[in-house]
Amino acid sequence: MNYQFEFGWLFEYYPQIVKGIAITIQLIAVGAVAGISLGIVCAWVRALGPAWAKPVVAAYVELIRNTPFLIQLFFIFFGLPSLGLQLSELQAANLAMVVNLGAYSSEIIRAGIQATPKGQFEAGSSLAMTPFEIFRHVVLVPSLQRIWPALSSQVVIVMLGSAVVSQIAAEDLTFAANFIQSRTFRAFEAYMVSTAVYLLLAILLRQVLGMVGWLIFPRRAAR
Amino acid sequence: MSLIEITDVRKSFGPNEVLKGINLDVEPGEVIAIIGKSGSGKSTLLRCINGLETISDGSISVAGAQLLDDEAHLKALRLKVGMIFQQFNLFPHLTAGGNVMLSQMVVKKTPKPEAEEMARKMLERVGLDHKFDAYPDELSGGQQQRVAIARALAMQPIALLCDEITSALDPELVAEVLAVVRELAAEGMTLLMVTHEMRFARDVCSRVVFMHQGRVHEIGPPEEVFANPQTPELKQFLGVH
Ligand SMILES: Nc1ncnc2c1ncn2[C@@H]1O[C@H](COP(=O)(O)OP(=O)(O)O)[C@@H](O)[C@H]1O
Ligand SMILES: [Mg+2]
Repeated sequence: MNYQFEFGWLFEYYPQIVKGIAITIQLIAVGAVAGISLGIVCAWVRALGPAWAKPVVAAYVELIRNTPFLIQLFFIFFGLPSLGLQLSELQAANLAMVVNLGAYSSEIIRAGIQATPKGQFEAGSSLAMTPFEIFRHVVLVPSLQRIWPALSSQVVIVMLGSAVVSQIAAEDLTFAANFIQSRTFRAFEAYMVSTAVYLLLAILLRQVLGMVGWLIFPRRAAR
Repeated sequence: MSLIEITDVRKSFGPNEVLKGINLDVEPGEVIAIIGKSGSGKSTLLRCINGLETISDGSISVAGAQLLDDEAHLKALRLKVGMIFQQFNLFPHLTAGGNVMLSQMVVKKTPKPEAEEMARKMLERVGLDHKFDAYPDELSGGQQQRVAIARALAMQPIALLCDEITSALDPELVAEVLAVVRELAAEGMTLLMVTHEMRFARDVCSRVVFMHQGRVHEIGPPEEVFANPQTPELKQFLGVH
């Protein structure tokens, strides 16, 4: 082995890397907030919502969970313009992340809702709360708390999966690594750096999610 | 006109008729004990009064308002009638104070400072004002049940339904909950309680209802029902021959 490691390019290309990191962070921030929100709505529909809406949501969830993320992304970016919906690379990437996490998180959140003891609904009813008020104020927080570790893992999975948005030239971290590699021919170094950054981002994301959980769940509500 | 009027109420679960024509009128300030074997329909009766189950036939009215199965009527009824459960059913993510404040703010749109004031008052009434900031899992069963009572009282109901509210408690915690109920009774609260505490029923209740196989089998003041049971079923239930 006489491969010479060479990281000098870092100085030249660090703006690309920083931009890539920023876009990856932006993708996961929007994906997590909007995706989990969508997941909550879908979970509510499937667990407690109106009967007519259940099959609609079920179809969406199954469609997303049984097709590759890359195809979903291509469909949104290359397919939707035929219907008159033209999105930028970044918009398409964001939408794909939200739609994807929305489906996966709805299944996780639904499990949390369904583990709610019947007595919680009855206590809410007996206090004259409407079904929606019960969901919003009684059921939701303990349900999220029950599944927060699983949901956090899913968010990390989707963050790592966001690498494929480079395929539609959304300029995320992977796009930057590809770009640098094609300019410098330093594949090992370029992907080593991006690997390290993804690893760091994943660890950071777990910390952040843990902290969010600590803020919104003051108490062990699972039982 | 009675406060609660239960007329020919029937309730079936599928083919299983659990309530077979219940008639019961409750006057304001009455304390009624409902006793009977497991499966005789006691819980179902209370749950029907609070609209947790829809009745199959007959009618229930509370303070002149008919129990109908739509959201507006149910809400009006549940604002008048509070319910306490065997398993407490406190909201685990809220403090004792938060539990008592929630429905005031959500249902009655009471501003937070007033809801908090009411919560403190109600917790004081059950002897737990010092536990305002404690979470349910930091409280004993007896304390949790007293918070549940405070939570129901904060909605200012005109009657309370209690379904075996001491049955899930360790024996040494029963007395503190019964003491609260006794006080409510003394203050004139209308109470319908399913209970196995015969001593308590004898001491506090104005009437005792013995349910058997979905019917009111015997009813009367406790001295009569306990001292002089008429039917063989009640005699057997009380263990007298
Ligand atoms: N949700 C339900 N679905 C079907 N059957 C029920 C339901 N709730 C109660 N029952 C039946 O109704 C009968 C009376 O139950 P319940 O009112 O709980 O009796 P009690 O409180 O006197 O022990 C029992 O046979 C029980 O199995
Ligand atoms: Mg019962």
